[in-house]
Amino acid sequence: MNSAALIIIAIVTLAAALAAATLRKLMHAALSFAVALVGIAAFFFLLGAEFVGLALVFIYIGAVAVLIVFTILLTRRDVGEGRGFNWGGAIIAVAVFGGLTWSILKTQSLAIVAPRMPALTVKQIGVALMTTYVWPLQCVGLLLTAALIGALILVMEEKR
Amino acid sequence: MTPNLQVFLIVSAALFSIGLLAALSRRHAIFILIGIEMMLAAANLNFIAFWRFAPQPKPPLGVMIAIFSIAIAAAEAAVGLAMVIAVYRHYRTTNVDQLDQLKG
Amino acid sequence: MSKSIDQVFVNAKQWLLSCLAGSPTWVIQVVSSLINIFALLAVFLTLFALISVLERKILARMQNRYGPNRVGPFGLFQPIADGIKMLIKEDIVPARADKIVHFLAPVLIAAVAILTLGVIPYGRNMTLFTIDGGILFFFAVGSSTELAVFMAGWGSNNKFSMLGAMRAIAQMISYELPLIITVLPVVMVVGSLTPGRIVAAQAGYTFGVVPRWFVFTPWGVTAFILFFVSGLVESNRTPFDVPEGESEIVAGHMTEYSGFKYATFFMAEYIGMFAVSGLAVTLFLGGWHAPARTLEFIPSYLWFFAKLSVLLFVYVWVRGTLPRTRVDQMMNFAWKFMLPMAFTCIIAAAVWHYTGRGLRGWLWSLVVIAVVYTALSTLLDTRRKFAPRVYRFAE
Repeated sequence: MNSAALIIIAIVTLAAALAAATLRKLMHAALSFAVALVGIAAFFFLLGAEFVGLALVFIYIGAVAVLIVFTILLTRRDVGEGRGFNWGGAIIAVAVFGGLTWSILKTQSLAIVAPRMPALTVKQIGVALMTTYVWPLQCVGLLLTAALIGALILVMEEKR
Repeated sequence: MTPNLQVFLIVSAALFSIGLLAALSRRHAIFILIGIEMMLAAANLNFIAFWRFAPQPKPPLGVMIAIFSIAIAAAEAAVGLAMVIAVYRHYRTTNVDQLDQLKG
Repeated sequence: MSKSIDQVFVNAKQWLLSCLAGSPTWVIQVVSSLINIFALLAVFLTLFALISVLERKILARMQNRYGPNRVGPFGLFQPIADGIKMLIKEDIVPARADKIVHFLAPVLIAAVAILTLGVIPYGRNMTLFTIDGGILFFFAVGSSTELAVFMAGWGSNNKFSMLGAMRAIAQMISYELPLIITVLPVVMVVGSLTPGRIVAAQAGYTFGVVPRWFVFTPWGVTAFILFFVSGLVESNRTPFDVPEGESEIVAGHMTEYSGFKYATFFMAEYIGMFAVSGLAVTLFLGGWHAPARTLEFIPSYLWFFAKLSVLLFVYVWVRGTLPRTRVDQMMNFAWKFMLPMAFTCIIAAAVWHYTGRGLRGWLWSLVVIAVVYTALSTLLDTRRKFAPRVYRFAE
């Protein structure tokens, strides 16, 4: 694990995330959100979970980000001003961050370095998905099908 | 210097807080969804970090949870955005503050 | 002898890196990556220049004319002239455009196209970016193209651009499913997502003659054709270039781009074409393996690029032959025919695997595909819906 890479990725990710949360133009925010997700995928690569990183890019950039920009397009009359910014939320967010950081730094058992690890191959993940986790996998499949149908029904034109 | 677990946890906490900021402060429904997705991604980062720093040998439990959570987040985004579109069709707005009626 | 020619590029890189012996590891890593990147860009940008002039030449031949023949011998320096022309053109950005997004779209689309090239094995030991889930990387990165196209459409702030981008994304999403699902049978049979392993699994010859490429199995040839057609759509080539249909929406998402940004889009389209064809070669046509034992003395990378050129020729050939499809026809084709056939390929591959991968498996998987194909063709028979065409001229 390279600390220089870590610092660069962390700065890019957090800056993009902050931009996604605060930019006024909705489209810019959605695109920064995509950049932040690439940063998170890079974190996964850094941590040795390449498959999850690729899955994250595949699902979020290829599907969710496209969905978000399409939704922005379909609700276009509302885009222009990102009016209304609730400063109470900012205070709460800063408080949560402070509390979390304080407790993380306070817990000494977390100050460990990563043990050496054999690379996690896609094959191992596949075997685990097909044996130990086969029921969760089926449930997720069912959930996705239900979500697909539900989303379709929700956006169908209302019959009058 | 190799980074320890705390660094990753702090980054994840920062990401979570930014997601919270987006979900609490912005009044546009799509921003709120983006915030929620960001919080979910931060949680995934935590899972992967704890998995990576766990003593050896270990089953890929953290990775599995992250994979399932990504899939579920995708379903959530699909339904959430469909709801945004449906609401927009009905009320002609996506500002959550103006959606305060129970009557359809 | 033939072995050293085969490995000449690998050895050259090793030699270059050995000059750096003694430097810190990160320097060697960075230099190694830079060499890879430089080699990739040099090869594929040359190929892009070459193919852009060859395409015009071939198209011209098909249409009974000469094509570019003014600049250099046989017009081969045409790309240089085009490049200079593109560079010195004015770069127009619309006044109401979203400037950042407008600027970033061509950058992103070119970067994504070049990144996908990295995982393809171009020869023995010649994969630039070895990663366990190489195929997944290809599609994960490739799926960002949709976002780039959307950015181009949105950033231009133009109705035609937006319409073109919408069409492009709709067709890309629709055809991404068959594209990915036709890869699955290969991945299932090989048991790996690594392109190198997939190529290695296609080594050897059945009966000592027929190479063990997946395209020579019934499911393989079906998947290959489906993959190729989806690849045509993904790279927005005729007959599926609806997003940039000149007669309807000017140039789709590229309407507001001029000068070098337009050239970047153009380049990204071709590089995407190379990437999809390269993946098709890797998955179905045996990668860098020679087609016969007696021809194995020819270096592996030459075989790869020979196969790639054949596929690229088919791209040009299709462009010279077929007219543009209609949007609804294309979508119907994707969801009603391509997707079921892609799923059938998975089943046929499973049948092939479990009946012993031999002649029996070959026949059984052929039966599966034939049955589904016949059923689908009967179900989708739409001929009776069409009345005979009536021509209304000014009589």
